[in-house]
Amino acid sequence: MRRLGAVLVAIAATGSACTSSTDAVQERTFTVFAAASLNQTFTEIADRFEGEHDGVEVRLSFGGSSDLAAQILEGAPSDVFAAADERTMARVTGASEDALAPEIVATNTLQIAASPDGSVASADDLTDPGTKVVVCAPQVPCGAATRVLLAKNGLRISAVSEEQSVTDVLGKVTSGEADAGIVYRTDVVAAGSSVRGVDVPGADEVVNRYPAAALDPGDDLAAEFVAFASGPEGRRILSEAGFGAP
Amino acid sequence: MTTRTDVPRWTAIPAAIAVALLGLPLVGLVLRVEWADFLSLVTTESSRAALALSLRTAAASTVLCVLLGVPLALLLARSSGRWAAAVRAVVLVPLVLPPVVGGIALLATFGRRGWLGEHLEALGIEIAFSTLAVVLAQTFVSLPFLVITLEGALRAADPGFADVAATLGASPGRVLRRVTLPLVAPGLVAGVVLSFARALGEFGATVTFAGSLQGVTRALPTEIYLQREVDPDAATALAFLLVAVAVVVIAVVHRPGRSPW
Repeated sequence: MRRLGAVLVAIAATGSACTSSTDAVQERTFTVFAAASLNQTFTEIADRFEGEHDGVEVRLSFGGSSDLAAQILEGAPSDVFAAADERTMARVTGASEDALAPEIVATNTLQIAASPDGSVASADDLTDPGTKVVVCAPQVPCGAATRVLLAKNGLRISAVSEEQSVTDVLGKVTSGEADAGIVYRTDVVAAGSSVRGVDVPGADEVVNRYPAAALDPGDDLAAEFVAFASGPEGRRILSEAGFGAP
Repeated sequence: MTTRTDVPRWTAIPAAIAVALLGLPLVGLVLRVEWADFLSLVTTESSRAALALSLRTAAASTVLCVLLGVPLALLLARSSGRWAAAVRAVVLVPLVLPPVVGGIALLATFGRRGWLGEHLEALGIEIAFSTLAVVLAQTFVSLPFLVITLEGALRAADPGFADVAATLGASPGRVLRRVTLPLVAPGLVAGVVLSFARALGEFGATVTFAGSLQGVTRALPTEIYLQREVDPDAATALAFLLVAVAVVVIAVVHRPGRSPW
């Protein structure tokens, strides 16, 4: 039993030695938790960041913002968190918002993803009872925004399904199950020719803001990553994917 | 617990670890439940709608499992050879598939653009986004539990009784009703309960195939998944409710002394 204890101490020591090394040439792996909608862009941003920093490896973990927030609050090892909305970020930063200073790295707006061979050509077509429309559930960020946008336009639609995530909505459209869904503009861009993007009037007034923060105020490298993501290089990658400027 | 002499004592240690691995998360769940708010959390409109839908669809899919699974188990138990082996493999596949894969397979088949769904829609049968889709997904994942459990019971049962009944002039239908099924009744009950419990817990195939709309396709597991985003306490309370129902259902059938397994 004593030997097992010694082994565990040794493992713990190596583990902390790896993560807390702050040599001049930083040899370090750090972890970024990012919203699922940032998957492609943050993968590219992390690649660029690694290219500019010798010995630095960025580990990425993508998922629903709320899931990631819950994991961080349960003690998951994360150095940077990028959420799909400010409400979710606030759950993680909590009272220490000033110290962590989340920075908005991107914005996103909603758009209709319509089946390419379908008949949906405007937001009004969503109210047609023969059209199967899928939206996000009001409990998740894209659903909350959808509800605001529909109310703005005075549209009452009876969705056939309220999905838990924007990717689920898109999947129902690309698979042909639904005729149209309300997703982020970036999802329409990413889906390419498998969906047709249809604008909703006033969509640019319902803006989803993506904050990112280094979770330890003293962690310079993590702060540098956040600055890189919101800097010119990050901005270019994000805007190519359809994200708006902060 | 009495232990037979052919079991070495050291087995107690890994066995205890196994029980801890399976049991401790349940303890964790119970400890996390906000008991003061439990009733109000599980009786919200959306919770009640989800629970009612779960019970309805799980019951419907269990009935389907019995209607389709009992004849299949009978045939499998009385046949051998390559075809029986192939059929058994098909029956077992849903047990090892990730539920999402099951959902994708169901979509490809019964979805609006699925190779059968297309024709069904032409006939006016719409499965997409309907409660029927939930029942189909649940039946897909829970049917193997009934078939395998019942087939095992049938193979273990003494065929002598049925032979005697047949030589005394009973028709095959009568032998089945009066001899074979009563003999394997505990196995049948176990299979029914297992398939009901599995249907109640079905999640991945349902969200992939059926969607999520309150009162129509949003069963309890889907509601838990959604609530977790906004109200972890409500999700935990509902999770406990689901575990409690499953434990009660299994405990009622699997009492010591009349173990069907």
